[in-house]
Amino acid sequence: MAVAFYIPGYLRTFTEGRARVSLSSSPATVQAALDELWALYPGVRDRVVTEHGDLRPHVNVFVGEDNIRDREWFNTAVREGAEISIIPAVSGG
Amino acid sequence: MPKPRHLKPRDGDVVLLVGTMKGAFLFRSDRRRKKWDMAGPYFPGQSVYSMTYDARGGRQRLWAGTGTEHWGALISSSDDFGRNWTNPEQVPIRFPEGSEMALKRIWQIIPGRTEEPNTLYAGVEPAALFRSDDAGETWSLNKGLFDHPHRTQWQPGGGGLCLHTIILDQGNPDRMWIAISTGGVYRTEDGGRSWKARNVGIKAPFLPNPEPEFGQCVHKVVSHPAEPDRMYLQHHWGIYRSDDGADTWNPIEKGVPTTFGFALAQDPNDPQTVYNLPIEADMFRATPEGKLRVYKTKNAGKSWAPLAKGLPQQEAYECVLRDGMSTDKLDPAGVYFGTRSGKVYGSANSGEKWSLIAETLPPVCCVKVAHIGGAKPAKKSAQKSANKSAKKGAAKSARRR
Repeated sequence: MAVAFYIPGYLRTFTEGRARVSLSSSPATVQAALDELWALYPGVRDRVVTEHGDLRPHVNVFVGEDNIRDREWFNTAVREGAEISIIPAVSGG
Repeated sequence: MPKPRHLKPRDGDVVLLVGTMKGAFLFRSDRRRKKWDMAGPYFPGQSVYSMTYDARGGRQRLWAGTGTEHWGALISSSDDFGRNWTNPEQVPIRFPEGSEMALKRIWQIIPGRTEEPNTLYAGVEPAALFRSDDAGETWSLNKGLFDHPHRTQWQPGGGGLCLHTIILDQGNPDRMWIAISTGGVYRTEDGGRSWKARNVGIKAPFLPNPEPEFGQCVHKVVSHPAEPDRMYLQHHWGIYRSDDGADTWNPIEKGVPTTFGFALAQDPNDPQTVYNLPIEADMFRATPEGKLRVYKTKNAGKSWAPLAKGLPQQEAYECVLRDGMSTDKLDPAGVYFGTRSGKVYGSANSGEKWSLIAETLPPVCCVKVAHIGGAKPAKKSAQKSANKSAKKGAAKSARRR
C-alpha cells in the first residue's frame, strides 16, 4: 500500500483542492515522502518548511499518531501504507 | 472565512491601505475625504505588516506583506484592488542557501524611483533588504548590508529584529537609507554595495556606551522627497532631526509630552511639516494622559503643537505602531492613523480636525495611502514651496555626484 498525506485546508490551494494525496511509491522516511509531495505539489513546500528546509515551528507532521518532533524528525521511518498528516499547531491569537 | 467586500476606485480617489494583525482592509473616498467605503478583509487571519501601492508604468498594483505563524511570510500583489492576490508556489522573498536565516516577516515594501518602474524594495525580519528589478517577480538579497560586520551585533527590539524603513534619494540613484530596530540608520552612496552607520548624536541609554556607532533603537525615519537630507527620526528615546542626510542628528523635542513613540509622517506639501504620535513610555505603551493627540511641527521640529480636535481626550489609552500613520499627497494634506485597538482616524485638513473612519478592526499594523490615477497638483503656494525645495535638493544631489 502506498503512503498517503493528509493535507490541511490552507494548503489545499496548492494540491488542487485535495485533502488526501497518495504517493505512488512507499518512501522509507518522512523526508523522502515530503520530497515526493514537493515534487507533486511544489507550493506546499515553502508553507511547511522554511527556505532552508526546517520544519516551521507551528506546523506538526505526524506519522500515524506519532509527532515526528518526538521521533527522528525528517528521518522518522515510514511504513508501507502509513498516513502522514500535516497539521497546523493549536497556537496563535 | 469571511467573504471580502470589494471596491471600485475611480481616478482621483484616495484609498487607504490598512494592514492589521488579522487581515487587510481598504477604504475609498473621493478627494473630499469625508466619506469612506470599506473593503476587505483580505488575507483573513493573517497579519499584514506592510502594504503599498505601485502606480508606475501604468499599473494599479497593491502590495501586501502577509504572514501567519503557521505557514510563514509572503509578499503578495493584486492588480484588481484585492479581488485576486498572487500566491506563488515558491515564496519570492527568501534568504539564500548558506545564509542560515529564514524569512519571518515583511515590514516594508516601497516602489523604486520613477525612472526605475520595475524596481521595488522590501525590508524584512530578520533585518535585511531585498530588491526586485522585475516588478516583484523575483527578489534578491542586498549583500552589501547582509555582509556588514555590524549585522551579527544587531539586536531584536520588542517587535523583532526588523528593517522597517527604506528611504530613496530621488535625485541620486546610488543613495538611500535604511533603518533597523535595533541597529540604527545606515546609508549607502554606491547603490547598496556598501553601507555606513549614520547615528551620530542619537543617544542609546539602554547600552553601556550611550552614543554608540550603531545599535540605536530607531523606530521610524521620514523625509520629504524634495529635501531628502532633512530627515526626522523617532527613536526609542527621543525625536531627532538631521540636516545633512543622517551624518549627524539633533534632538527636536520642544512641545511634545513624551519622547517615546513609533509613528512619524511627513507632510507632502512642506518639508518642514511633520506629524508625530507620542506614546507615554516603553514601559507603558499608550498615549500620555489618556489623550489621543497627534503632534505637528511646521518648523522642522523647533516646536510641536497638539492636534486633538475630534480625537478622544479622556481615557484614551491607545498605541499607534511605526507604520500606522501616513499622509496623502493632496493639499491640504490628509493625515491618517490606525491604532492597536482597531480604530482608524483621518483628517482632510492637515490634522486640524479628525474623524473616525473605522473603529472595530483588528489591531492596526500599517496605514498607507494610494492615489488612484495620481494625485492632482497641490495648490500654487504649496507647489512653489515644494519646487523651491526640489531645486535645492537637486542641487545638493548634483554636488554629491
